[in-house]
Amino acid sequence: MRASSLAESRARLDSGEASSVELLDASLTRAQECADLCAVVGVRPAAARAEAEAADLRRREGRLRSPLDGIPVVLKDNMVKRGEPTTCGSRILESFVSPYDATVVEKLEEAGAVVIGRSNMDEFAMGSSTESSCYGPARNPWDRTRICGGSSGGSAAAVAAGIVPAALGSDTGGSIRQPAGLCGVTGLKPTYGRVSRWGLVAFASSLDQIGPLACTAEDCAWLLSAIAGHDHRDSTSLPEPVPDFAAALSGDVSGLTIGLPRECFVEEGVDGDVLAAVHAGVAELESAGARVVEVSLPHSRYAIATYYLIATAEASSNLARFDGVRYGRRAENTRDIDDLYRRSRSEGFGAEVKRRILLGTYVLSAGYYDAYYRKAQQVRTLLRGDFEQAFSHCDVLATPTSPEIAFALGDRSDDPIRMYLSDVYTVTANLVGVPGISVPCGHVSGLPVGLQLLGRSLDEETLLRIADAFQRRTDHHLQSSPEPQ
Amino acid sequence: MSRDGYEVVIGLEVHTHLATESKLFSPAPVRYGDPPNHDVSPVDLALPGVLPVLNEQVIDLAIRFGLAIHGEVNRRSIFARKNYFYPDLPKGYQISQFEEPVIIGGYVEINPGDDGSRRIGLTRAHLEEDAGKSIHDAAVAGADDSLIDLNRAGVPLLEIVSEPDLRSSEEAGAYLRALRSILRYIGVSHGDMEKGQFRCDANVSLRPRGEEQLGTRTETKNINSFSNVEAAIDAEVERQAEILDDGGDVVQATMAFDPVTRRTRVLRLKENSDDYRYFPDPDLVPLVISEAQIEQVRGSLPELPAAKRVRFQEDHGLAEGDAAILTASRMLADFYEEAVGATSQSATTVAKWVLRDLLRALKIRECEIEDAKVTPASLAALIDLVEAGRLTVKSAQELVAELVAEGGDPVALMSERGLEAVSDAGLIGSAVDEAIDAHPEVVSSFQEGDQKAINFLMGRVMQKTQGKANPGRVRELLLEKLS
Repeated sequence: MRASSLAESRARLDSGEASSVELLDASLTRAQECADLCAVVGVRPAAARAEAEAADLRRREGRLRSPLDGIPVVLKDNMVKRGEPTTCGSRILESFVSPYDATVVEKLEEAGAVVIGRSNMDEFAMGSSTESSCYGPARNPWDRTRICGGSSGGSAAAVAAGIVPAALGSDTGGSIRQPAGLCGVTGLKPTYGRVSRWGLVAFASSLDQIGPLACTAEDCAWLLSAIAGHDHRDSTSLPEPVPDFAAALSGDVSGLTIGLPRECFVEEGVDGDVLAAVHAGVAELESAGARVVEVSLPHSRYAIATYYLIATAEASSNLARFDGVRYGRRAENTRDIDDLYRRSRSEGFGAEVKRRILLGTYVLSAGYYDAYYRKAQQVRTLLRGDFEQAFSHCDVLATPTSPEIAFALGDRSDDPIRMYLSDVYTVTANLVGVPGISVPCGHVSGLPVGLQLLGRSLDEETLLRIADAFQRRTDHHLQSSPEPQ
Repeated sequence: MSRDGYEVVIGLEVHTHLATESKLFSPAPVRYGDPPNHDVSPVDLALPGVLPVLNEQVIDLAIRFGLAIHGEVNRRSIFARKNYFYPDLPKGYQISQFEEPVIIGGYVEINPGDDGSRRIGLTRAHLEEDAGKSIHDAAVAGADDSLIDLNRAGVPLLEIVSEPDLRSSEEAGAYLRALRSILRYIGVSHGDMEKGQFRCDANVSLRPRGEEQLGTRTETKNINSFSNVEAAIDAEVERQAEILDDGGDVVQATMAFDPVTRRTRVLRLKENSDDYRYFPDPDLVPLVISEAQIEQVRGSLPELPAAKRVRFQEDHGLAEGDAAILTASRMLADFYEEAVGATSQSATTVAKWVLRDLLRALKIRECEIEDAKVTPASLAALIDLVEAGRLTVKSAQELVAELVAEGGDPVALMSERGLEAVSDAGLIGSAVDEAIDAHPEVVSSFQEGDQKAINFLMGRVMQKTQGKANPGRVRELLLEKLS
């Protein structure tokens, strides 16, 4: 049996139609049925059952912790949970068990959610297809010969396949929104600093942000309310109050202005049918009362280059701690410390991670720093200016989430540049720090297409409100991936 | 060329541990002597997913230092990552400050009151974290292994970089002493070199006297005592001078000083040096310091050594050299001032006792004033006893040593030990009579005009009374009886 949405699961729990234990069992069974998707890479049935039983007891005694109480979820395999493995899809962390909880894990626990396990991802979140995982590639539930996007591909596939109603992912350059778009689910990247990064294994610290993937914008709103908030353990976490995001879902978009960045709607480099689906989505919002204007993000053509300079530079430094000295994989029979470093890292990291560490090391090297890293930071400032300018004309920006539908597994493995271009519409939100959401807006060749909306900093409410209004008027998000033959 | 033909140019980099309760970016405590890897948190271990959070305590300490050395407190400084692999550097990078340090400029005055009095310029001071320790000792780690202790990893450091203003190893030593004195005065660092809380790298170059252009410099790393700093500089100056004398070129290098052979040797050449790939740490926000914060710290800053020295000279009438010694340590200066306040005797009298007798007793016991049992009040009481004629200087000096070691009340000690000076005319009189009777030849030479002869007689009397007789009374009586 497929898991239903978070809202429906709640309704079933509230009406007594199902218990948390039953929801958990259904999730675990479904995970097994869909093992070929390689969406979930580690489950914790016994611990999760105890937590589900506790949730059922709380429900019977009227002590519910939150709207998420008793709901099964998966965590992307880069958020640490005490006593559980966290691998980031990498051999180098195959033996690592965390002695502490990520802030989001604590918050999910406080909310009563039941973490059933870990979802597959590109190694260290470096990828757009979940093909670089040491567990093997995750597959798209809509077509198992195709990728599910990445790097939070396992989370998106798990929701799309009905394994869990909701999941957490992380988004560094589109890693929540792009797989959400390609799998036909809703994925939100919050404002940088909205959700604590404590316990999220860093890829690129100035870009990483945790967010929800679920069936609807409303479900994302519930999850975001649970995980957002200032955290003294993360210096980049914003000291802002957390609104009741679900309360913002009025269904009304009249008076709101949607900006279409003209640079994102040129036909070059984007599938025409994808563009048509996105245009149709925007037209739907227009007919619901939103105003549509054209805006410009003149520096957006530098975004991909800028992103891959900054992200790789930060990654090269963030991944230095995986050295085989204190935890994780250590090569055997090493001659000396340099040999230990070299071989542990050579054996532990996959090709894409190595490529990005090398790129990032180069970017920060003496003599290149000014030309690459500093220049990239300057472009980032210009991009912020572009967004400020654009948001003086509109409330949200609309673009395709990805330039095309899910491609076939292995299709881009030998062409990293083409793979990197999968993120062309998503990376700017990370560079600028603004929130973004992807909602299903149609299908091309039987595969989902995502509409991306980008909002002002800290204005997730407007994003969620528009996405929810869209979903009240459309049924793209209600389409289910086909059952395998 | 003779050594005098070269001018020595020295700049020092000092790493000093800041006196904080916890580490720079983690809540783990800063302690010395704990079992290995006892004082570590997930942050110090660089576990996956951890993040640094700045210890707010260091901000005030950095401001205190900046104000004390007349530097500029940067309103916005940036933490940067210095990337390199080393087993006792868990993250694979050290969080430091690079392009924007917290303190810019300033100076330290050396050899005050001396002909060699000079201001040594500071380039900058910045915050950074210390690394852990690697233990290669085969007896501990085994022949094939090394062990790592991360207790020190993440301990806050202030790196203080001087301008190349120092011209001799003596000046370098004087600079380090003055700097450490300031750090201790303002409570920024304990500066204990034995605990590795105060370490020094020395940049040394030579140039022919009169030459403007600086010579090629070397950097001698991690020197851990004042005397070794001076010895290392002397050794390096000698090495470079020999090279230059032979017509060679000094090669830019990192050096190590061996305190046993008292020589420096090349550790690695600079051209092979690492590229640290500094960049701003994206896990941390800029350190922003407000005017109000600076003013608040300024208000809480204690009187600094230089100001105190001038005050001791002008208000207490002390000689410049005496004032300089008393103010070298804040503890000693405070002790002296409290003692002055506890007695009606003059400040110069108290200074005499502190400088002559207390410092000597401390030196013999090899302890600092803060570790001694003597209190300012007890020293003051002792001085009062001497001035009142109840205790001889000799007895008092013995008691100073005892107060330093054991503490106690001088009046009680005096009676316990039976040291009270004898002023009783009868007792002294009989000893005087005895001395006169026993040495008629000395009496005659005194009466023939040898004034010094009386000293011999005094000595006999003092001996007879076991040093307890009030010397003034003895002299009076002798003069009375001999005239």
